[in-house]
Amino acid sequence: MASEALSGGTIAKPRGRIRVPDTLSRILKYVIYRSVALFATVVIGVYLTVLIANMGGYLDQIRISQIREGIGAAMSLDPANRALAPSELRQRIDEEVLIETQRLNLDQPFFLRSVNYLTDALTLNLGRAEHISSDSGSRQVRLILVERMPATLLLSATANLSLFFIAIFGALFLSRRYGSWLDRIVIALAPTSAIPAWFIGIFLILIFASVFHVLPFGGMVDAPPPPDLGGYILSLLKHMVLPVSALFLHSVFIAIFNWRTFFLIYSSEDYVEMAKAKGLTSRTIEQRYILRPTLPPIVTQFAFTLIYLWQGAIILETVFAWPGLGRMLYQAISIFDVPVIVGNVVLIAYLLVATVFLLDIIYALLDPRVKVGGERKA
Amino acid sequence: MKMPVFLKELLSYRSAVFGLLIIGGLIALAVYTVITIPYDEAIRRWRGGEEIWGDYPRNAVPQWFGVFSGESLPTTIVVNSKDSAIQKKAQTVSADMATADFILPFEYTFDGFPSEINVFLQAQYDKRKPQATLIWKTPDGRDFQLGDMTVGAADRFAISIDQRLARKLNDVRPEIALLADPESLKPGATPKPLKGKYQLVIEGLTFDKGSNLDAKLVLYGQAHGVAGTDHRRRDISVALLWGTPIALAFGFLAAVGSTLTTFAIAAIGSWFGGWWGAAIQRLTEINTVLPTLTILIMIGIFYTRNIWVILGIVIVLGIFNLSIKVYRSMFLQVKEMPYIEAAHAYGASNLRIVFQYMMPKIAPVLIPSFVTLIPSFVFLEASLAVLGLGDPVLPTWGKVLNDAYSNGALYKGYYYWVIEPAVLLMLAGLGFAVVGFALDRIFNPRLREI
Repeated sequence: MASEALSGGTIAKPRGRIRVPDTLSRILKYVIYRSVALFATVVIGVYLTVLIANMGGYLDQIRISQIREGIGAAMSLDPANRALAPSELRQRIDEEVLIETQRLNLDQPFFLRSVNYLTDALTLNLGRAEHISSDSGSRQVRLILVERMPATLLLSATANLSLFFIAIFGALFLSRRYGSWLDRIVIALAPTSAIPAWFIGIFLILIFASVFHVLPFGGMVDAPPPPDLGGYILSLLKHMVLPVSALFLHSVFIAIFNWRTFFLIYSSEDYVEMAKAKGLTSRTIEQRYILRPTLPPIVTQFAFTLIYLWQGAIILETVFAWPGLGRMLYQAISIFDVPVIVGNVVLIAYLLVATVFLLDIIYALLDPRVKVGGERKA
Repeated sequence: MKMPVFLKELLSYRSAVFGLLIIGGLIALAVYTVITIPYDEAIRRWRGGEEIWGDYPRNAVPQWFGVFSGESLPTTIVVNSKDSAIQKKAQTVSADMATADFILPFEYTFDGFPSEINVFLQAQYDKRKPQATLIWKTPDGRDFQLGDMTVGAADRFAISIDQRLARKLNDVRPEIALLADPESLKPGATPKPLKGKYQLVIEGLTFDKGSNLDAKLVLYGQAHGVAGTDHRRRDISVALLWGTPIALAFGFLAAVGSTLTTFAIAAIGSWFGGWWGAAIQRLTEINTVLPTLTILIMIGIFYTRNIWVILGIVIVLGIFNLSIKVYRSMFLQVKEMPYIEAAHAYGASNLRIVFQYMMPKIAPVLIPSFVTLIPSFVFLEASLAVLGLGDPVLPTWGKVLNDAYSNGALYKGYYYWVIEPAVLLMLAGLGFAVVGFALDRIFNPRLREI
């Protein structure tokens, strides 16, 4: 993640002088161009997901046979239909199946249906789930997503926000003490980021739940949940310790390492040497000459951290039985619940693209070197 | 950068030497595996049922566990009457009836009890099934009547779960009661096995001419082999061994496939420019919107779990990642270099310039990112397997982990089952990551200064 920030790192340099109306029209052109491009991106991305999630239309066949099976079983078991001749019963079943397929629009060609899915998804008309229901019993995809979201946000916000700030301040600290034993330890531990969070989670469960019995194996609260609020929060915290630590341990060393390298590159710039020669305090140098030019990538990184919060960690949540979006997505895929899959994907896609768009615009406004609107007048 | 110089530099990093040793060890293990257990044989064994794994204990820990506890953990004892050392006594009783008596002896010297005891009985007969009476004799001279039964072509007498026998033995589990020192079975004491020579006496009675009776006594151990066994009695070492070449091949091929295609497309895009560049930009954006893991899970559940198809999709989804932009900007610089202009001037074809002149120029940049990519793909395979989407046929580390997880290994305390594949995965991950980091410093001089 932080490597993206590194590549965008050479941004803040003195501004040139530009005439305002020219800038405005340029930026307007740029905004329109970017929004069209990004919207096309979402359309294609979501349509691909719709295609894959429907098995290119094959899932319709499965749905129709499920309907036929259900109706067939119900009608042949119905005592009212005992008297019917087999051929007549079959005809009745066919009629019922036809009505049901028409009700679900399954008689339309898949291409039309996929376009309908796409427009529904893009207008955030997420529809009804096929199998999954929310804990309150609703089949509305919107409600299901909203219900699972707090769990995911709680987990990933705690982990990622603490990670983000600890990484930045840890990196600043280390860049001052570069070469110290602490610095060396962080460098040595940086490659451990190759180990995914869920994997670390398994080890944490093994140590703290299986062997020492001090923390729970998984889940979000004790069963039954404690009745009073204090007890509930305590139980929640107890369940959060392991998954949060897993997420944290997975990326804290690489994040510190990357930011540290980044800060070190910036602190070897000539103007920093100049500031040192002027005799400024290291605190002033850090604030004015190192942190300020590195602010744009830090902001970018922070924006992306915020987006990825919404995206549940599928495997981590499955390993810890955490009732968040990631685990629900996996459940939805396992039982072919297309509306839930597509709903989840379109939500993340919009959030992602909106952030990219915002960042683009902010950069275009702040940094004149980001050429917007194509041609430049000499 | 010349190869020897660069190798020397790599070896100057202690961590890289450590990583190279791990990688070398894993490659050696993979080669050894592929030579000793052929592919088909590995699959046949891993997918086999009782015919292959019947004499193996269920959920046995690795044998080296005994070293830590200081006890000799029981291993499996198999005594088969088909063995030439066992004499059968046959006596004719009447025209058709005959006895078939034999003894299955064994010596028990372990500190623990077996996990399970089974007797497999086999008979050949024409019309009437033979009968057998089983008597258990302990070293101190006690006799236990285990039961009488008629024996079909292939029968099993599961001593450990025989309710009637357990009741006769005061509701102590038979595999304990039959082998325990009677003193230690008294209330308040912990049962201890009585060491010495035991016998299972089988008194058979056959009713047809040429009828035959055979028996196999299996005392399943608590420990087995280097890696232990799983819930289906399979020797985990088979999967651990075969997981090595698969993990390495998957990681390597996925890394090579995605980096090289990304690299080539970036080169072509920057050379031809125009709409190529724009298209690459758009495709990269679409790719960031596409949820890779979600798509892989959907493909695993809806279409196929074949590991090589998954590999192909991983490569395709990896082509338009963010590094394509980095490569593109590098190629744009190379494109302006004089030697490219020279090549153009003497009439080299476009493809020749791209593949022979531009790509080799910045190929070294690929090496570190390529090596650091390998562990992420190794773990990707494991991730899919942990979700139950592993290849249905092949034994892999991830599948062992998935088996362990779905059978509650952590709750039940079968730690070895989780730790073994996990340690291998971690070694592979760390080995490549450490080397990749060192390479990154060598090829990326700006990092090296710091």
